[in-house]
Amino acid sequence: MEALSDLAGGFSTALTPMNLVYVFLGALLGTAVGVLPGLGSAMAVALLLPVTFALDPTGALIMLAGVYYGGLFGDSITGILLNTPGNSSAIATTIEGHKMALDGRASQALATSAIGAFTGGLIATTVVALGAPLFASLASAFGPAEFFALTAFAFVAIAFVVADSALKGLAALVIGFTIGVVGIDSQTGTVRYTLGVPQLFDGVGIVVITVGLLALGEVLFVASRRRHVGGDKLVAVRGRPFLSRAEFREALPAWLRGAGFGVPFGVIPVGGSEVPTFLSYGTERRLDARRRNPMFGRGAIRGVAGPEAAGNATAGTAMGALIVLALPTSATAAVLLGAFQQFGIQPGPLIFERSGEVAWALIASLFVGLFVLLVLNLPFAPLWAKLLVIPRPYLYAGISVFAGLGIYVSAGSIVDLWLLLLLGLLGFLMRRHDVPLAPVLIAVILGPIAEVNLRNTLAISQGDLGALAASPATVVVYALLAVVVLLAVVGKIRSSRGADV
Amino acid sequence: MGVVLLVPLVGAAAWDARSSGTLSGARTGLTIIAPASTGGGWDGLARQLQATMRDTDVVTNPQVVNVPGAAGTIGLAQLAQMEGQGDVIMITGTVMVGGVEINDSPVGFDDVTSLARLTDDYEVIVVPADSPLQSVDDLAAAWQADPGAVAVGGGSLGGTDQLLAAQLAQEVGVPATDVNYIAYSGGGEAIQALLSGASDVGISGYNEFADQIEAGALRALALSAPEPQPELGVETLYELGYDVHQGNWRGLLAPPGLTEEERAELEAIVAETVATPEWAETVERNQWVDVTLVGEDFADFIDEEVARIQAILEEAGL
Repeated sequence: MEALSDLAGGFSTALTPMNLVYVFLGALLGTAVGVLPGLGSAMAVALLLPVTFALDPTGALIMLAGVYYGGLFGDSITGILLNTPGNSSAIATTIEGHKMALDGRASQALATSAIGAFTGGLIATTVVALGAPLFASLASAFGPAEFFALTAFAFVAIAFVVADSALKGLAALVIGFTIGVVGIDSQTGTVRYTLGVPQLFDGVGIVVITVGLLALGEVLFVASRRRHVGGDKLVAVRGRPFLSRAEFREALPAWLRGAGFGVPFGVIPVGGSEVPTFLSYGTERRLDARRRNPMFGRGAIRGVAGPEAAGNATAGTAMGALIVLALPTSATAAVLLGAFQQFGIQPGPLIFERSGEVAWALIASLFVGLFVLLVLNLPFAPLWAKLLVIPRPYLYAGISVFAGLGIYVSAGSIVDLWLLLLLGLLGFLMRRHDVPLAPVLIAVILGPIAEVNLRNTLAISQGDLGALAASPATVVVYALLAVVVLLAVVGKIRSSRGADV
Repeated sequence: MGVVLLVPLVGAAAWDARSSGTLSGARTGLTIIAPASTGGGWDGLARQLQATMRDTDVVTNPQVVNVPGAAGTIGLAQLAQMEGQGDVIMITGTVMVGGVEINDSPVGFDDVTSLARLTDDYEVIVVPADSPLQSVDDLAAAWQADPGAVAVGGGSLGGTDQLLAAQLAQEVGVPATDVNYIAYSGGGEAIQALLSGASDVGISGYNEFADQIEAGALRALALSAPEPQPELGVETLYELGYDVHQGNWRGLLAPPGLTEEERAELEAIVAETVATPEWAETVERNQWVDVTLVGEDFADFIDEEVARIQAILEEAGL
């Protein structure tokens, strides 16, 4: 109960008019930067960090917390509307979200995403506020063997549901793995598939890949088909601007499930929020396939609700892991950790004893920030959706410009622009031949994580394969994996008999 | 409407930050290249230099540009092409010396102008609180018995953490190639590997582990500083009888082909900046050690570092 009274004290600090202004400003700026492809929340925090030096520590950290969450709200907006996710954590949301937008339900998709981000963040922040000590034990239960088991699970579970044609799905996976291994191997220093281009030593940026494949590929595809279908036709906006009660009821379980996936992952530094967002996407899709009228592939509201809640729940607990464990589980968290130290506050297990007032004010301001963002984003959903009223040639020209600008700004590299173009062409060809894009992205993100953790496990055990399944956690994950595979195989056999889809 | 207006503004600002700097002199529009992505140590140093220069009016409007990639060698290659540009400086450090070797970079420190060394900080060797290793002597014994069985976790390949591991191993008679070194991509991952028991030993900058040490989750065995650091309560390797030290210095480079005046101007800017009380405060706040060294002496220092690190990496088989 002591936590509750401390939290109340935090709220009294966070709710002063000046601090409210800081939260609001931070949320607004964060959303704005998050909207730009390539400029994720890490960049937002880094860019705005010098601004906050002028403020007192509490005000500054509160503003940065607003920026942090704002960036996460912002990065799915362009993903849903223009198929250009601002950050890799928004990729899973984009897949169904953009289909909803094309179907004329853009403002519903945006509202679903905003409420999803809110729900995920709220649940995660509550967990942080009440259960901080639990974090330490969760974090210390995960080593490389457990990470590998988790990625393998995520990988297989998702690959099974996403691919319709096994051959094309596999081809997409291979493309993704190939792009994913480009660069200097972190364990041996071996240079792989860089063609002697030093800019490729650190691999191909995930944002370049997503923007190239999804956005530019889409632009090229639409342009190539303009004469065949009525390309000038505007996307008709259907339905009410906000969620109907039926839609809300439809999305609710997905929000909650997504948050359930996201919360534990924030504490674990395994590739940020991509794994839980894709896990949530895979789960929703699997559940959807069993329903009488499957919506996935046609703009499923649950495909937006789940991943978005998962992404923000991860971000919420990541903030907790940062404050309580000094564990930076993402690039943004690392920038924030630096910011804390700038203000003479050392995050870690002792923070509540040493800087309790600031810490609780920060946690309280996370709650406030979430409400501010919801209020800020819900009314904007129909307004953002108006973007799609722009005639398609102009809209797609705009997307191309923003994609190029965003990529160039994020690293200032011409090589990245060439890569963007090449990946755009690849995306176009894949669309042309009905090769699914999602497995590429999944392989690009999860492939390297799985590889590194597999090799670390084996390096630590000096080549003993038994180390991969030595702990209870790994055994549980592999058992679950076996069940999933079994269910999928049984399902495939049944559906091939019934031949319903 | 605020958001709608802000989007192009922020984009334009970020765009502007990249393109400006070449139009005006070093005193008005100095460009500081951080050859790493936002959030790392080099980026932090660049942004704090920027803040100090601006607050003290040494430079009116300094800009930070990130050129990330390959342990800073992408940035180094770009700097080498900025022949004769007297208004650009770039952050460098130990990790770049190792990066040039590991990546077989065609561009080295001879292709640019060495400007100044600024800060240093030291490494700490830690074990999880429940580890049987109580001292560096225990670590040495474990290494001598079976080097492969001791998983050593630290930062990226060829960085300061691995350099320290390699030197200490050699010092106790274990070939550096036998060290089971696991490279983690960030401080968070390295800490987590220790807490979960995946790493037996961790090596990183003292600041990264400081809080976990204080909270009792990790136990510090030794520091890599050349001088005793009594206020930290941890002995240095020298004090413990091992002839090993490893810093993590950071400094500044400038493009090649500068005139004497341009070079002198940049050196003056650096000297003025580090002499301000604001900079002293920044160094204090970040728990760095001020090791300012400007001009020819710094060039000699880099030559020594390159030779020293080359030798260590060769022993380690990289």
